[in-house]
Formats: sequence, C-alpha cells, structure tokens
Amino acid sequence: MLNITLEKRPSDSKLMSYLSPIFAVILTLISGGLLFTALGQDPFHALYTFFISPLTDIYGWTELGVKVAPLTLCAIGLMLCFKARVWNIGAEGQFILGGLGGGYIALELMDAEGFWVLPLVLFFGALSGLLWGALTALLKTRFGANEILTTIMLNYIALNWLLYGVHGPLKDPDGFNFPESALFSDFATLPVLSDDYRLNISIFFALFAVAVIWALMSKTLLGFQISVLGEDKAAARFAGFKEERLIWFVLLACGALAGLAGVSEVTGSIGQLNPYISPGYGYAAIIVVFLGRMHPIGIVFASMLLALTYMGGEMAQMDLALPKSLTGLFQGMLLFYLLACDLLISYRIVRKPTARSTGSSSNSAQA
Amino acid sequence: MRLNKLTQLAMTAALALGANIVSADEPLKVGFVYVGPTGDAGWSYGHDQGRKYIVEKFGDKIETNYVESVAEGADSERVIRQLAAKGHDLIFTTSFGYMNPTLKVAKRFKKVKFEHATGYKRGKNTGTYFARAYQGRYLTGLIAGKMTKTNVIGYVASFPIPEVIRGINAFTKGAVEANPDVTVKVVWASTWYDPAKEREAAETLMLQGADILTQHTDSAAVIQAAESKGNFAIGYHSDMSAYGAKAHLTSTVHNWGPLYAEKVQAVLDGTWKSEDLWPGIAEGVTDLAPLNDAIPADVKALVAKKKQAIKDGTIRVFDGPIFDQSGKEVVPAGSSLDDGALKSFNWYVKGVEGQLPKS
Repeated sequence: MLNITLEKRPSDSKLMSYLSPIFAVILTLISGGLLFTALGQDPFHALYTFFISPLTDIYGWTELGVKVAPLTLCAIGLMLCFKARVWNIGAEGQFILGGLGGGYIALELMDAEGFWVLPLVLFFGALSGLLWGALTALLKTRFGANEILTTIMLNYIALNWLLYGVHGPLKDPDGFNFPESALFSDFATLPVLSDDYRLNISIFFALFAVAVIWALMSKTLLGFQISVLGEDKAAARFAGFKEERLIWFVLLACGALAGLAGVSEVTGSIGQLNPYISPGYGYAAIIVVFLGRMHPIGIVFASMLLALTYMGGEMAQMDLALPKSLTGLFQGMLLFYLLACDLLISYRIVRKPTARSTGSSSNSAQA
Repeated sequence: MRLNKLTQLAMTAALALGANIVSADEPLKVGFVYVGPTGDAGWSYGHDQGRKYIVEKFGDKIETNYVESVAEGADSERVIRQLAAKGHDLIFTTSFGYMNPTLKVAKRFKKVKFEHATGYKRGKNTGTYFARAYQGRYLTGLIAGKMTKTNVIGYVASFPIPEVIRGINAFTKGAVEANPDVTVKVVWASTWYDPAKEREAAETLMLQGADILTQHTDSAAVIQAAESKGNFAIGYHSDMSAYGAKAHLTSTVHNWGPLYAEKVQAVLDGTWKSEDLWPGIAEGVTDLAPLNDAIPADVKALVAKKKQAIKDGTIRVFDGPIFDQSGKEVVPAGSSLDDGALKSFNWYVKGVEGQLPKS
C-alpha cells in the first residue's frame, strides 16, 4: 500500500508559485460547477453567466476597467510595502482620505474654470493619502508601533473623517440635509474614454503606476534595497541600507497611490462625496497582491479576476436569480484553494511505501 | 479604430431597437435593486414583499428580477444600467444612495421608467416615492409613552438625515402626548445594517434605564436585545414579532405592494408619469404590525382612534403646538409643519434627550 505524505522541498519551487494561482482557479471552477449543480442549475451555463457573460461586449470590458483601476492602484502600492515586509493594511484609509482631500479641493473650486483644476484636485488627493501613510510611518519609525494595528485603526478614523465631512461641512447646501456633497463641476471630473462608457483615464494612472513600480523594483538600487530589507533585515543592515528611510518610502508611496485611487474614484465614477465612496477596495487589494504573487503583472490579472467575480455575481442574480452570497463564496473558494495550493511551493507530495512493521522492527533490533 | 466605432454603432442600434419594440405578448420586465439582503425582515425584505405582491397580481403579464446587497457607491450604476440594458421597462431603485446613479442611467435609457425610493431628484423618466412612515412612528410613540414604567425610551438610530430625525420627532411627539414625563434617548449606530452594533446600542440604552426600545435600522437585533432582558421593543420596516414574541409590541411597517402595482399598471396602460409619491396610512402603504396582547385595551383603542383620525385627515402628526428642545414654540397651535419642512428636518422636538450631531 502507498502512503501520500508531504515533504519539504530543498528550496521553494518557482514554478509552483506561478502554477498555484492557476490550479486555484481551476479548482474554484470545478467546485463552482458542483455548487451550481447542487443549486439546480446547468453548471456550464451558470459558469458561463458568472465568468464569461459579463465580458461579452465592450461595455463589460470598460466596466471591468472601472473596478480594475482603483484595485490595481491600491494593490501596487501595497505590494511595495509587503516586499519590504511592512504589513500595511491601511490602503482603505488612504483611499478614503485621498477621496476626501481631493473632494474637498474640488468643492472649494466649484466655480473655478480651467484645465488646471483637475490636476490640482488629483494632486491634493494623492497628497492626502500620502500624509495618512506618513502617520503610520512616523508611529512605526519613531515609536516602534506595529503597523498592522495602526493602519487598521487609522482606517476607521479615515472613515469617520469622511462621515463627518459629508454629514457636516461638505454637505450639499441644496441637498435637504442628506449626507452627500454637491456634484463636482465638469472641470473637476475625470474625462471618460468614450461618452458611451464610464471608464475614465484613471485606468492609465493605474497602468502607469504598474510600469513605474515594476521598473523601480527590477531596475533600481532602491528597489533592490526594499527587496533585501524584506527578505533579510540583518543583511540589509549589514549592507548599510537605511531601514527607516525605506519604511518611510514604501508607506508614503502606497499612501499616495491609494490616495490617487480614492480621488480618481470620487472625481470619476461617483462625481461627488458620499459616505460609501469605497466598497472596500483597500481590503480587496490585499487579496489582489497575494493572488498576483507580489508581481506587477500578476497584480493586474488578479485585479481583473477579482473585479470579474463582483460583476459575475451581479449577472448570476439578474439572469439566474441566484443569491448575492455566491460572490462571497467564489472569492472565498479562490482564496482557500490558493492558500492550499501555495503549500506546494515549499512542499511536495511524495508517495512512500508503508513501512512493514516486522521488517522495520527487526532492522532496528539489529542496529 | 474604424471597426470599434462600427461595433459601437451596431450595439447602440441594437439597444435602441430592443428598447423600442414592446410587443403585446412580451411580458413587462420590472427590475428591483436592493441595498441589503432580502432576508426575513427589514427594509429590503419589505421591498421584495412588494415585488412578490405584483408577481401575484399581474401573473404572466410581467416578469420581475432583482439584485440584492448592491453597494451604494459606483457599483450601483453598473447594476442599474445592466438591468436597463437587459430590457427592463420599469426599474425600482430602493435606497437613497442610488439617486444620482439612477438619474445618470435614466438619461441614457430614455424609454425605461425609473422609480427611486427616498430621494428628492426627479427627471423626465425618473419618479420618486416614499412612505409616510412617521405616521406609524407617531402611533407607536403613543404606545411607548403609555407603557413605559421608567419614563425612559431608547431609540437606536442610523444616520442624522431628515428621514430619521422625522421618525424620532414623530415618535417622541406621540410618546410625550401620551405621557408628558417621557424622555427619548437616541444612540446613533452609524449604520443601516449591522446587527452587532445595533445590539450594542440597545444594551447601552437599557443600561441607561430605557424599558422600551425602538429602532431606525434594518435588523431585528434591537428586538432580540429587549427580549433577552425582558423589556419591550417596537420594530421597523417589517413585522419583527418572530424575533421576540414577548418583547415585540408592534412595528411600523411599509406595504409597498399596492404602490408598485399602481406603477406597473400605469406603465402597462401607457399613463406613467414622473411624480413624487408620498403615501401613508390613508393609502395603506404605512401600517402597524398586529399589536401585542400585552398592550392594554384602552391603549389599543387610543391607537385605533388616532389611526382613524390620520386616515380621515382630521389630524396630521406635526400639528402645533410643537416645541423645540429648549422649550421654544416653533409651530403655534392651529398650524402644522408642511411637507417641505418635514423633508428637511434638522432639529429635535421637546422630549428628545441629547444633541443632534452637529452639522
């Protein structure tokens, strides 16, 4: 009889780290098919509705882009932090602050006309996110505060600042006390790629950020230092890298990128400030980073996949009358299988013959 | 590039055609967008009951679809647009945050009729509707005022917007009318739906001496909290008696079915127009769930009498004299707050304890 056991690999398998997400997707599809069958649906038709039908026209692809842009911007910033082993969970707060800061400027410049308005709004959005990231950097480098805790807490504070703003000073004066700002002027609104669709130029910000961060990580000394700091702190110190400066850099960069995502969302798809400017993009981006293997291109694909699960969930509700919880189930299965398959990066499955009890005992007796 | 333009043109043409041709045999497609899960109780549950009502009433003549738990941000616009693109002729968007997304989609799909609940912006093909739930609030306030022993009533509220403040004021007005010594304590849970937070707020209020609770949030957590402590509670949105047989005195409920049926009929007849509907107890859209037997007969009779008076129009809930928290008379006897004032409430009436979050 054969026993199947796990054995530690001598070194991590590069191949498996790329194959693991593919296995995870395949396993998710198989389990999803079974799930649909159990729900009394034709599994192929249901999977088609969930994963293919949202993307059968140009409109679907542009809508995917609407979600991919903020996800990618947040995720690429988080990747920088995670590479340096700075566990920043705060992209959500930085996103919200970016939206709030940029939105504030947009409201102040309500009557201003000119093409300088939008860049100024975007700049202040990114700056607000950056300053929010700076708080975490200060707390970590000066007081040694754990960034996981500080960023999570700062997320709540950011959300409450937003709520204060839209319930208070930033409320639309003609809005019957409802917690929303006025709609931004055209000069403070991101241009869309085509009048028929919602996709705006923030998708280019995202792609540009991906290219820049990729170049930074693979071609520059700074990128090298960040990787070394993440992989071996002692070595980084020994080489004379300035740890604190690197921590500041990754947190500020992530804050600015998430802030840019936030301000792009409010000046783009939403067009005003309201209490729900983020459907949790900052948190979803954490999943995206791991699903994307901490690689810029991987992150783009992972953003697309995650965005697709949201859209597929909506399609399944409209066409098949299936419940919303399916979206969560698919995201959960994907993560579960990914973590399970990731085990194979450091371990491999081996088949061992069962030790025969008599033989082994006599062997040990002789020894 | 040219191919892209062509494809776009073809698609637009296809969409336009699809929207134009409504043959007699085709059922009318009605879409619903819900902010929460349809579940067993609460705001979205109530709208889904309305959907089931029209399915029952119109049978083969209509086909309905819904999308639940749609976040009120940028995502909602896609869902609404998708419903319109899939050939729905009438779309109900049932949460305040869908207001601007609904109007944006409505501009693009001119043949489709949109109905937005709780909003204040209308367009050529977008109407608005809401229920005068405050009339029910007032009646439940009477019950609470009569039945409290500690003279402290707890109110778990969501966000300080006019709709919620109107409810607090109507409830307090009823409670103070029934019992001048009553104070109503308000805790802001800052959420529409979060059972844990709602429960926490309910516990806090009971610790402060409240023996009757009510809520302007979506779950039944407040009822359950009251039940576990042997106190009374009054629900909202739908009949919540299943969550606390002893505690549940009654609920202010919405009955969207008749209103939805009227709108569907109007579209079928080709008489639909954009308007603002604000029906209440008289139209049967606002009502009370069955009253608990713990309520004494004289209180039940009082509620029945006042309800009839609201129905007949002999009383309006916000009739003067109305005092603000400082005791100043805001509305003199003989006059009444108009709908405009009701829709922009941002102050508390006398009897509410605490400050409105500053704005």
